[in-house]
Amino acid sequence: MPILKRLFIRILSIAVTLIGVSIIVFVVIRVVPGNPISMMLPPGATDDDILRLKILYGFDKSIIEQFFIWISGVLSGDFGTSISLRQPVLSLVLGRLPATLELSLLALLIACILGGTLSLLGTRLRETKIEGIIDGINGMAMSIPDFLWGLIFILLFGVMWPIFHISGRISPFLDIDYSTQFYLVESIVRFDLKVFADLLAHMLMPAVALSIPLAAIISQLLKQSLKETMHLDYVTLSRTKGYSENHVILREALPNAVLPTMTLVGVQFTFLIGGTVIIERLFSYEGLGNMAIDAVINRDLPLIQGIVILFALIFTLVNLLVDLTYTLLNPKLRNG
Amino acid sequence: MVDSSRNINRKIGLRMWLSGGWLLFLFLATLFAPIISPHDPLAQDLFASRLPPIWMDGYESTYYLGSDSLGRDVLSRILYGARIALLVALIASTATCIIGATLGVLAGYFGGWVDLVISRLVDIWMAFPPVLFAILLIAVLGTGLTSIIIAIIVIDWTRFCRVIRAETMSQSAMDYVASAQAAGRARFGIMVKEIFPNVLPTIVVLLTLEMGIAVIVEAILSFVNLSISTDFPTWGGMISEGRTSVHQAWWVIVFPLITLFLTVLSFSQLGEGLKDRFDPVLR
Repeated sequence: MPILKRLFIRILSIAVTLIGVSIIVFVVIRVVPGNPISMMLPPGATDDDILRLKILYGFDKSIIEQFFIWISGVLSGDFGTSISLRQPVLSLVLGRLPATLELSLLALLIACILGGTLSLLGTRLRETKIEGIIDGINGMAMSIPDFLWGLIFILLFGVMWPIFHISGRISPFLDIDYSTQFYLVESIVRFDLKVFADLLAHMLMPAVALSIPLAAIISQLLKQSLKETMHLDYVTLSRTKGYSENHVILREALPNAVLPTMTLVGVQFTFLIGGTVIIERLFSYEGLGNMAIDAVINRDLPLIQGIVILFALIFTLVNLLVDLTYTLLNPKLRNG
Repeated sequence: MVDSSRNINRKIGLRMWLSGGWLLFLFLATLFAPIISPHDPLAQDLFASRLPPIWMDGYESTYYLGSDSLGRDVLSRILYGARIALLVALIASTATCIIGATLGVLAGYFGGWVDLVISRLVDIWMAFPPVLFAILLIAVLGTGLTSIIIAIIVIDWTRFCRVIRAETMSQSAMDYVASAQAAGRARFGIMVKEIFPNVLPTIVVLLTLEMGIAVIVEAILSFVNLSISTDFPTWGGMISEGRTSVHQAWWVIVFPLITLFLTVLSFSQLGEGLKDRFDPVLR
């Protein structure tokens, strides 16, 4: 039962990480010099008003008391009330989560397709001029951050040749009545092509911008890994058997080369999710990241807490998923 | 073999000349910004709003790269924005480097409990995703240049620490260290006099790369209005303002974007070029 044991240890460590993160978040935010209460009130507010608000948001109690009130709330699903939006934090962040998940998964898909294609092309055409060009593209793609790619795309495909939408998640005139917030998935399930195309036209630019740095990393790692695999004896053997070069690369080398790339892609994917914060802002995409920046600008502490903890939960779950897939796919770990 | 290595050297050379040249040019431009700027970067002139750059119709002679919707000169704002960008880059990355590299060398050379404490700290630190860290820090510290610089230092010192620790460990295992020890030299002296010069190339590479990161972080935070007050010209702020009027005046966003792009690219290409140059295998 090595897998179950591994799973148990991982879940335990996730719990520890999340508790740690919530303590850090809570403590760090309580030492904020600027008082959020005073920012909510107009300049003419009396001391009485301030006190009433303090009691309303629980800021009048000691830090330890506040923490236990907050953590017991969190455990029962109550993350408090957003100061700027005056709504429960949990429903706010859960409402935005699907948009961010769809965007980052689409970006991951694009990154795998782009990076995979480039690395296979580079391996097939190794030691030619094309390989040099692919390496050059990779280097360039890696040194330009997603924020700049996003801006470039906005100028090229939003302004110069306006093919794509550069703002928002869905056109306002499409008054859709979906039962979930996973619009893209639901439009596929309902086979609603018009909505699907509109969503994609909105999501493509931010998703590609997010995916480019990851695509470059995938391409570089996979190519390196393929290069090493191509020198192994069993690959040479299959070549002497008379298989075509394409068959050798795709069927013999690739399955073995993918594994080491996958773990690193998992780590890099968490960076991609982090990147949604700024990319969503850039494309006015209604996701968690956009909300996070507003929360920081408004100093909305309960909302910031909720968002940071949700992000931390996503990051740890991604890591867990990668770890488990790796264990399942790697025969050495599976049986050991 | 000879040909290919010469080829590599030439490629590295061109790349480094171009990026180094651009950064030097930018640095000089920021130094002499008060002299070469045609206008006050903050001066608004509503009669001169949205003037195009001088190669287009309707230009005005001193607005070389045009003006924005408030009639502020784009070129002057880019030059003064470069001051903020390079200031953040220099201060933040140098401080990050000093803290990270010092801890890295200490952990790598002394090993034992020193290494244990520092490495654990790095592990814990890196478990916290940078973006969350940044959101939290800016929320706590408030907006402004100092907050950005502190955030960069607090988040990125681990980047230096990890690499320099590994590099120091591999240097410590070398014969020249053993012979220095055999000669009876003090450990601290060996660390400073023998090992440090040998990890310095790696430090320089990381420092260059970190400057590019600092420039982009400053641009992003000023873009979302979490940096220095919008009264000051910043590249990110210009891009953010230019985005709203891009259909009427594309030059307001395009020129700062090109400057930012070239600067970020130059720092990373210079860093990668230095890495290749210092790498004994390639040399």
